[in-house]
Amino acid sequence: MKLLTHNLLSSHVRGVGPRGFPLRLQATEVRISPVEFNPDFVARMIPKVEWAALLEAADTLHLVEVPKEPIQGYEHDERFLRKMHHVLLEVDVLEGTLQCPESGRLFPISRGIPNMLLSDEETET
Amino acid sequence: MALPGPVNRYLLLMAQEHLEFRLPEIKSLLSLFGGQFTNSQETYGKSPFWILSIPSEDIARNLMKRTVCAKSIFELWGHGKSPEELYSSLRNYPVEKMVPFLHSDSTYKIKIHTFNKTLTQEEKIKRIDALEFLPFEGKVNLKKPQHIFSILEDYGLDPNCIPENPHNIYFGRWIADGQRELIESYSVKKRHFIGNTSMDAGLSFIMANHGKVKENDIVFDPFVGTGGLLIASAHFGAYVYGTDIDYNTVHGLGKASRKNQKWRGPDENIRANLRQYGLEKYYLDVLVSDASKPSWRKGTYFDAIITDPPYGIRESTRRTGSQKEIPKGIEKCPESHVPVSLSYHLSDMFFDLLNFAAETLVLGGRLVYWLPVYTPEYTEEMVPWHPCLKLISNCEQKLSGRTSRRLITMEKVKGFENRDQYSHLLSDHFLPYQGHNSFREKYFSGVTKRIAKEEKSSQE
Repeated sequence: MKLLTHNLLSSHVRGVGPRGFPLRLQATEVRISPVEFNPDFVARMIPKVEWAALLEAADTLHLVEVPKEPIQGYEHDERFLRKMHHVLLEVDVLEGTLQCPESGRLFPISRGIPNMLLSDEETET
Repeated sequence: MALPGPVNRYLLLMAQEHLEFRLPEIKSLLSLFGGQFTNSQETYGKSPFWILSIPSEDIARNLMKRTVCAKSIFELWGHGKSPEELYSSLRNYPVEKMVPFLHSDSTYKIKIHTFNKTLTQEEKIKRIDALEFLPFEGKVNLKKPQHIFSILEDYGLDPNCIPENPHNIYFGRWIADGQRELIESYSVKKRHFIGNTSMDAGLSFIMANHGKVKENDIVFDPFVGTGGLLIASAHFGAYVYGTDIDYNTVHGLGKASRKNQKWRGPDENIRANLRQYGLEKYYLDVLVSDASKPSWRKGTYFDAIITDPPYGIRESTRRTGSQKEIPKGIEKCPESHVPVSLSYHLSDMFFDLLNFAAETLVLGGRLVYWLPVYTPEYTEEMVPWHPCLKLISNCEQKLSGRTSRRLITMEKVKGFENRDQYSHLLSDHFLPYQGHNSFREKYFSGVTKRIAKEEKSSQE
């Protein structure tokens, strides 16, 4: 699971609502999977990112060199875009968990794939 | 250079397959590349010859880099109902527009394309010789010509009634071919990881084109299965997400869908599928998730949602549910942490899908999905509706005598507000769809009746 994905996911446990975001990330196995750099795509993602959630996730993975916020004119700043490319698309969580910040419910990540299934009692109706 | 006219006329040679899907494809692609579709021609129905008026050759070339419905495009120099009409039309085509392609340093060849008739070599040569009045000054080169010109003759659509003379004759300069070869190169037969309901390659590309997928988009398939639809979007340069409720499919585990193969191999998964086609860089992630309870945060980040929801024939419709709701006889999932799934009302599934699309698509983003219908009862009012989504096209593909599926394309035209969520409940035109799995019941009742009939007649 990439950190871009983590940034778009939310807990949907019943009654949690917007407090289900961001999910708390715990990783036991992380791999760096190189992805071809595409500055246009990364630039398109910047306005969609919830920055605080990204920094929190990057912090739990002890990533360094994560930009603290989007900078002015980022579309043309290759250094900035390369850093963001690495954080959002190349850091790949293979094993671990995502935890609902409100209810504590754990969602397992195995072989890089999060399992977000809940039973009916746990979800909103 | 030729004088730029207000619009130029082009001739599209269409493939005679998936007829209903062709016009929405060409319209969607033209709107993607800044061309406008003008309804200047009498009919875009079944004929393989379409005249297009578009402002530039660049738009024509971009169109052909995407279309799987059109075979070729030509700059149209002349058109008539008879040879005489064609020749007079060609005499009226501005010479200054022809000269750049006919001068003495150039090489060329002339091809003949007939539809619904085969010509002898002699007849072909006669037709080429008749064009002598055009100012061809270059040299003929049959192997590697710089310019290719085509005479296209249309003998109608009825193979049992081939006329002596063509209904229409066209002459044009060939510009580009479409992407028909993708249907072969992406064929499901050669794909590493497939499922019971993998989409045929041609239709997957048509879906991506109806969805106006473009480079650097994010495309999402909430019923991803083995990821066939994502491959088409990734081929056009979009980054892809998928979810599926089936843990084994997403992880590429369990029984194989292929004949003569019992279990799926270690590397049969969506990521490996994209890798097979050199598209792995477009893989974002796949998740195990229930489309009826999406786990995406609020926001608009999908440019297109392209999907083939399960409708209970070859893959069951399922969603997660609690133990107390499970009717007896439903099998247990092998994974201990996967809750049991319930059969999912088709109507609920489509409302959830439209609502999700209205919430998460960017403005102008498109939802493309298949809607199964029982044809004797189908009416246009049955197509699910949402205040934020505008219906763009609705194309039928027949499945059997009384069943078909419709490819529905909708565009988000209005920002989502919470009160939009339940608005479909206020309108009553979904009633025909409300019955639990009504499509499935009808499909199987038809099949079982037919089988019973066949058995009876074979016994007699």
